[in-house]
Amino acid sequence: MTDAAPAVAQNFPSASPRPSLDCPAWNVPPADALALLKSLRDDSGYDMLVDVTAIDWSAEKSPRFTVVWHLYSTTAHRYVRIAAECASAADPVMPSATGLWPAANWHERETFDMFGIKFAGHPDLRRILMWDAYPYFPLRKEFPLAGIPTDLPDPDIAAGMKAKVIPAPMAGGPFVATPGGAMSDAEPRAKDESWNEGREKK
Amino acid sequence: MPTDFSFPDSAAKAANLPKEFETEKMSLSMGPSHPSTHGVLRIQFELDGEVVTKADPVIGYLHRGDEKIAENMTYNQFVPYTDRLDYLAPLANNAAYAIAVERLAKLEVPPRCQAIRVITSELARVSSHLMGLGAYGIDVGAWTVFMYCFTEREKLYTLFEKLTGARFTTSYSRIGGVARDLPPGWLDEVGAFCTQFLPILDEILALLTRNKIFLDRSVGVGVISRADAIAYGLSGPNLRGSGVALDLRKDRPYSGYEQYDFDVAVGSTGDCYDRYLVRGEEMKQSIRIIRQAVAKMPGGDWFARDARKIFAPPKDKVLTSMEELINNFMIVTEGPQMPAGEVYFEAENPKGTLGFFIVSTGGGVPYRLKIRSPSFCNLSILPKLCVGNLVSDVVSILGSLDFVMGECDR
Repeated sequence: MTDAAPAVAQNFPSASPRPSLDCPAWNVPPADALALLKSLRDDSGYDMLVDVTAIDWSAEKSPRFTVVWHLYSTTAHRYVRIAAECASAADPVMPSATGLWPAANWHERETFDMFGIKFAGHPDLRRILMWDAYPYFPLRKEFPLAGIPTDLPDPDIAAGMKAKVIPAPMAGGPFVATPGGAMSDAEPRAKDESWNEGREKK
Repeated sequence: MPTDFSFPDSAAKAANLPKEFETEKMSLSMGPSHPSTHGVLRIQFELDGEVVTKADPVIGYLHRGDEKIAENMTYNQFVPYTDRLDYLAPLANNAAYAIAVERLAKLEVPPRCQAIRVITSELARVSSHLMGLGAYGIDVGAWTVFMYCFTEREKLYTLFEKLTGARFTTSYSRIGGVARDLPPGWLDEVGAFCTQFLPILDEILALLTRNKIFLDRSVGVGVISRADAIAYGLSGPNLRGSGVALDLRKDRPYSGYEQYDFDVAVGSTGDCYDRYLVRGEEMKQSIRIIRQAVAKMPGGDWFARDARKIFAPPKDKVLTSMEELINNFMIVTEGPQMPAGEVYFEAENPKGTLGFFIVSTGGGVPYRLKIRSPSFCNLSILPKLCVGNLVSDVVSILGSLDFVMGECDR
């Protein structure tokens, strides 16, 4: 139950250490991800899957999507982080860990919902936070903070009300910052005031 | 043959239904605005008579896109959003978030700030468990418990208001410290609350612990095995109720929890009753921690003085010194400056372990902030847990899981 590093280095030559500020972390090719997770669970005592999520490095970057697993050892009380990059940005796929932990079920559904990453082998890959017919993946970087006008979830109600899901007025508002961008752009005077209901939306 | 509901495994129960009648499956939608779903959870049931054969939780009614919002504002600006995660314990969320960002900056806050965070987090735990207990009482028909719990909870909210200016949306943490120091006399009031609370807590628990009706509704209902609890990633009282003695305050102490003497409450069978007992005991242990922290509250700074580009300087300095004014302006507009890197931090919150995974590319805004919410993980066991139970037992199970949809849906 000690450090998993020697075992990972020996059994998974394809895994490379990933820069991390806290727990040990490895990058691994998607094909080896499940085997590495299984080995960490069975041989190194990381028996709890605490989190599955993804990072979108934006449309210009390749590879674009990184899926991140966090495991916790209930005996040694340590974390480990495993990351794998999806090969394709247009159709990102990652093997599903639902066979190893049932906990992966909802986490992977959420990651699919938010990023559009398909988990191969997932028994029930549906949207979980957004409704089933929702057409976008909100946590992708190109998705605007305000949201995009969308039809209401229920077609009957939408037909009756003639209403749409409208963007939140907050986006583009004062002091809404973007990572990497110049912060002076976040000041109210630099904005196009598209948050103002009276102005035309861009 | 009468239906035997004594089988420990819910799937076995469902398989053992009497077969004399040709039954038709019925589908029932419970929620999203049902009193026992504690917010906006909807569960789509498939029922055979009154027995659940399939349960599909539908969540997301309270989804606000907190993670997207976090990517678009500075670290301090996101503090108010953490109030709205587990809105029954905002002080604990504030502290957990601040510690996660401080881990990113490799910043250690002074002992006084740590102790303040411990006291506020534990008070939040007591208030959250009081709410959970009162609501669970109502779910199974015990109104009196709710009234007692809310009287005590109101006293806590008065304390929160004195400390932070708000009862619910406290926004008390800042990266590198807290919003303000403790007001004079506040610690004495906390001590007085602890003294008067313990006998009342005993009274509240005595209303349920040996109550025949409550026992019938909770003992042996909704049993989560030890293996299941770990496999589904449960945390908090729901995990400990199943006999897994995991508590991050003990296992990976943060904010100075290693200095305090307390026990981890653990259940034995993992049924609704055990989860209730664990919550009751946790409140007593929280009071123990609070008393120790109050007794040896360290003096000194309540914010990290050396964190120049992270914690805004004191107001009197801002108004008298040019450098401090510029520094204050930079922190407010550009955000607390963080190094690039990845950090994952989990805190032991009232509902379970609240985790923040922060990916930073430097600067004052996170590139990606993932919130691992305990209620989301705790609810993911529902499709397995509900099957084989009566609909009325599902109400008891939901009450005993003590979830908050604000945190589940984010």
